[in-house]
Amino acid sequence: MFSLDAKMAWRNLWRNPRRSILTLAAIAFATLLLVFMLSWQFGSYETMINAAVKGSTGHLQVQARDYHEKKEMEMVIDDPEAVAALIESLPEVTAFTFRGAAFALAASEERTYGTAILGIDAQRENRVSELKARVRDGHYLQGDEGYTAFLGGILAANLRVVPGDEITLLGQGRDGSVAATAVTVSGTFRTGQDIIDRATLYLRLEDFQETFAMAGAVHQIVIVGRTLDAVPRIKAALQSGIARLGRDRELVVLDWSELAPGLLQSIKLDLVSGFIFYLILIVVVAFSILNTFLMVVLERGREFGVLLAIGVTPQRLSRLLLLESAALTALGLISGILLGSLVTWYYQVHGIVFSGASEMLRQFGLPERIYPRLSLLSIAVGAGLVFVITWLTALYPAGRVKRISILEAMKQ
Amino acid sequence: MFFQLAWRNLWRNPKRTLILLTAVVIGIWAMIVIGTLMRGISAQMVRHGIATLTGHVQIHRLGYRADPVVENSILDPQKVTERFPGLLPAGTRWAPRIRVPAIAGNARHTAGVNLVGIDPLAEKGVSFIGTAVAEGEYLKPEDERSILIGKALADQFDTGLGKKLVLMSQDTNQEIASRAYRISGIYRAELEATEKEFVFVTLPAAAGMLRLGRGISEISLLFPAEGISEAAAARLRDTFAGTDLEISTWRQLLAMISGVLELYDGIIFIWFLVIFVAMGFGIVNTFLMAVLERLREFGLLKALGMKPGWIVRQVLVESLLLLLIGQIVGSSLGLLSYWGLARTGIDLSAVAEGMEYVGMTRMIFPVLLPRDALTANLVVFLLGLLVSVYPAVKAGKVTPAKALAGG
Repeated sequence: MFSLDAKMAWRNLWRNPRRSILTLAAIAFATLLLVFMLSWQFGSYETMINAAVKGSTGHLQVQARDYHEKKEMEMVIDDPEAVAALIESLPEVTAFTFRGAAFALAASEERTYGTAILGIDAQRENRVSELKARVRDGHYLQGDEGYTAFLGGILAANLRVVPGDEITLLGQGRDGSVAATAVTVSGTFRTGQDIIDRATLYLRLEDFQETFAMAGAVHQIVIVGRTLDAVPRIKAALQSGIARLGRDRELVVLDWSELAPGLLQSIKLDLVSGFIFYLILIVVVAFSILNTFLMVVLERGREFGVLLAIGVTPQRLSRLLLLESAALTALGLISGILLGSLVTWYYQVHGIVFSGASEMLRQFGLPERIYPRLSLLSIAVGAGLVFVITWLTALYPAGRVKRISILEAMKQ
Repeated sequence: MFFQLAWRNLWRNPKRTLILLTAVVIGIWAMIVIGTLMRGISAQMVRHGIATLTGHVQIHRLGYRADPVVENSILDPQKVTERFPGLLPAGTRWAPRIRVPAIAGNARHTAGVNLVGIDPLAEKGVSFIGTAVAEGEYLKPEDERSILIGKALADQFDTGLGKKLVLMSQDTNQEIASRAYRISGIYRAELEATEKEFVFVTLPAAAGMLRLGRGISEISLLFPAEGISEAAAARLRDTFAGTDLEISTWRQLLAMISGVLELYDGIIFIWFLVIFVAMGFGIVNTFLMAVLERLREFGLLKALGMKPGWIVRQVLVESLLLLLIGQIVGSSLGLLSYWGLARTGIDLSAVAEGMEYVGMTRMIFPVLLPRDALTANLVVFLLGLLVSVYPAVKAGKVTPAKALAGG
């Protein structure tokens, strides 16, 4: 019984191949589009997170409690080495580094500007961020050159200094004392993010600690894990480790979403707005498919009349129609997933360049080439949405067919 | 004749016609709504950018934009502003400002800020600050000791009304100038970043501290309408040609927002095409069926002596009529949705922090550009006609014998 219906449904589909193929194409197109768009969104989120992680925050940071909100000089990690030993014991951590942060006046012979001062471990920083690759003039900080500064290109231009020139720093130490020192410019960098290039100056960590009376303390321990997925596990392990050390009252572990809350929110925003657009698109696709399904029923009135006249029950007729729709939907979804994956995969390899938008992307610290990322999730969500909507539209004609009157139908 | 026939043909099978119409209507509606939403987002960004101390056009001394320090000040602003009457459209407002990087500090905190010296009265109609004070009061002209700071900065500094704040910056003699101010007001801005970036004092206060005399950093101009910015900027450039003044429009000052606007033009068009393709499948399918169903009729017409070209034209006119009706209804629905949404706005405060990251604000009001509605209609009209060519040609090829026998 069932197999007979299935056979009939299949033959009905190919009785009018043109129509079936067009409907199938509509479904496949919608699937392809959604799979690609979702992969694109997920890919760009990964790019955004990676850019932020490599640019500054790292995957995770250990900080003194409240430091992230208040940024006060005296909120420090007193004995970073104890925490470092703990971090080293975690297999999923690939790199970590110490940083100190302060705010100071930087004065050259001619100019004075306020700037953020970051004390970094030149060797370790390298494995966490891409700072060294951003050198524009001169060179990066070197372990054996004391009291050198590596600063943003715009800041250097504003101060009118070039490598070799001297800068005086004036700020406030950890204990509230005046912190002052003179440093030699070793090099300048350019990240493309004006906000960073305009007001960031790096010192060697030991010089920073000396100048700002840090007494061996640091403000941040920046950690990079093997993958983004490993972050929650590393975080949990660190938290329990810190608790074992009895330091959980003073130290906290923050992950990238807490360090850059705007990033997570903007991803959510993009998902929400993307969803609004998909919804509108889905409505259009639904009507497009409903259109063909309905036409099929209208056009085949006479055929249905004959079937009803020879004793086919209306229920069976509607089941037959649903079977046809199901076969069409399945074929459309499969070809849509295949094509969508192919298109996405092509761009995943080659990347997409937004011509004209590269300057804008750079200000957010993003590369100009963005790669979509094909995942099971994007395929499942894209195909799932299309499936639900086609199935809903298929119900209407299938329900309608039950109300056909034999006489009316046969008259056509 | 064609139109009359086409019209009657359409309503011979009203059900089918209505189904086709819905597809066109929904398509046009979707295009218009998506267009207004995206334009709304970009308009919001522009409006916010202009209100945040940009204005429609700014005048600086050449070099200030790259290197915003006191040396690059306009030394005699009087000479500039006295040319404005007659040169600029009536209703233009302008505000002179001193704007230099500075360091704000109190006993425990220091941070880099932008020191903005304003003429409190002139500024009121030009930028957001005139209406943004949430606690305390706005600056009074000639008050040399008061300062307005943002809520976020006040929180960061653990400070409040009546407390002291010291500002340091470089004066015209290359010396560090510093002055203590009393916080007289705390303002709120749409973005936290703005609240942390700008502190406001009066022009005389800033000029005194920086030993600037009558000099200022910039003049910000706001015209009665944004649309005349380019023309007004061109007239200003002519007037001040040969001087060391630089005239910039907001598009140049807010390069990032201009970039977004350009990107949006492309994205909107791509969306239109995508929606059309989604809707196009339905149209072709239904139209094709409609034509195939009427093969007997076309065969008969041919047998009566109608030329194939006439039949093609006949079918195309039908689809044209259908597209036009669909476009009128769809556009009206789109307009209605736009009016509905524009009145209430769309509140995105749930994801406000993310909006801030991308430089937008919390409420989105859709904006209808006639250009977008026109493009949407053109896309549907031209591509709609294009996809009906196939069924039309199909109808034209019918041979009377076959059609009449088969029917």
